[in-house]
Amino acid sequence: MELQSVLPVLGGLISIVGALFLLLAAVGIIRMPDVYNRMQTGTKATTLGSILFLLGIGIAEPSWLGKIVLLILFIVFTNPISSHVLARAAHFRGIPLAEGSVRDCLADDEAGEQGVCE
Amino acid sequence: MPVIIDWTSAFLLGSCMVGIIRIIIGPTSADRLTALNLVGSQVIALLVVTAFRAGSPVYLDVAMVYSVFGFLGVLAITRYLSKRSNSK
Repeated sequence: MELQSVLPVLGGLISIVGALFLLLAAVGIIRMPDVYNRMQTGTKATTLGSILFLLGIGIAEPSWLGKIVLLILFIVFTNPISSHVLARAAHFRGIPLAEGSVRDCLADDEAGEQGVCE
Repeated sequence: MPVIIDWTSAFLLGSCMVGIIRIIIGPTSADRLTALNLVGSQVIALLVVTAFRAGSPVYLDVAMVYSVFGFLGVLAITRYLSKRSNSK
């Protein structure tokens, strides 16, 4: 009886933290200076935000926990892959780094230089 | 508790709007694709909230299919983008 009343509130609070991370990712994607920084903020914060959000809903409604864990696992596996593919495509398309960037390890690697990146 | 869920869905809609700004103003197509990926994640969260509000787990299946096709779409479009630059 006690647990039944506590779980939805706990899940709602965790969901709000996750939604906050999703909003922060959106703000970062507006504020960051170039494609690579945007990609970094737009995928890492999104992964954490989605995980927290789905977990909160799963805690609030425990009978859905199986499907929600499946969804979380899918997000954990696919989000890094899509960000990696996006960054690779942007680099090979020749989009320049922002001013103030110090190192481009993939360009060094293509030029055959052994630098700090190794 | 329903108040929290209502506010959360409004909050997520606002975040989607912020992401859509970058889709509109993004200087390159990689920017737009990154923002589209972000908005896709927010729409998945919005679908899960809709499932909770409607009380039916059908929307969870919709969210699953949406995430699968979003991932495949991002892979296909990036493939197209990098192919274009190689042939140039």
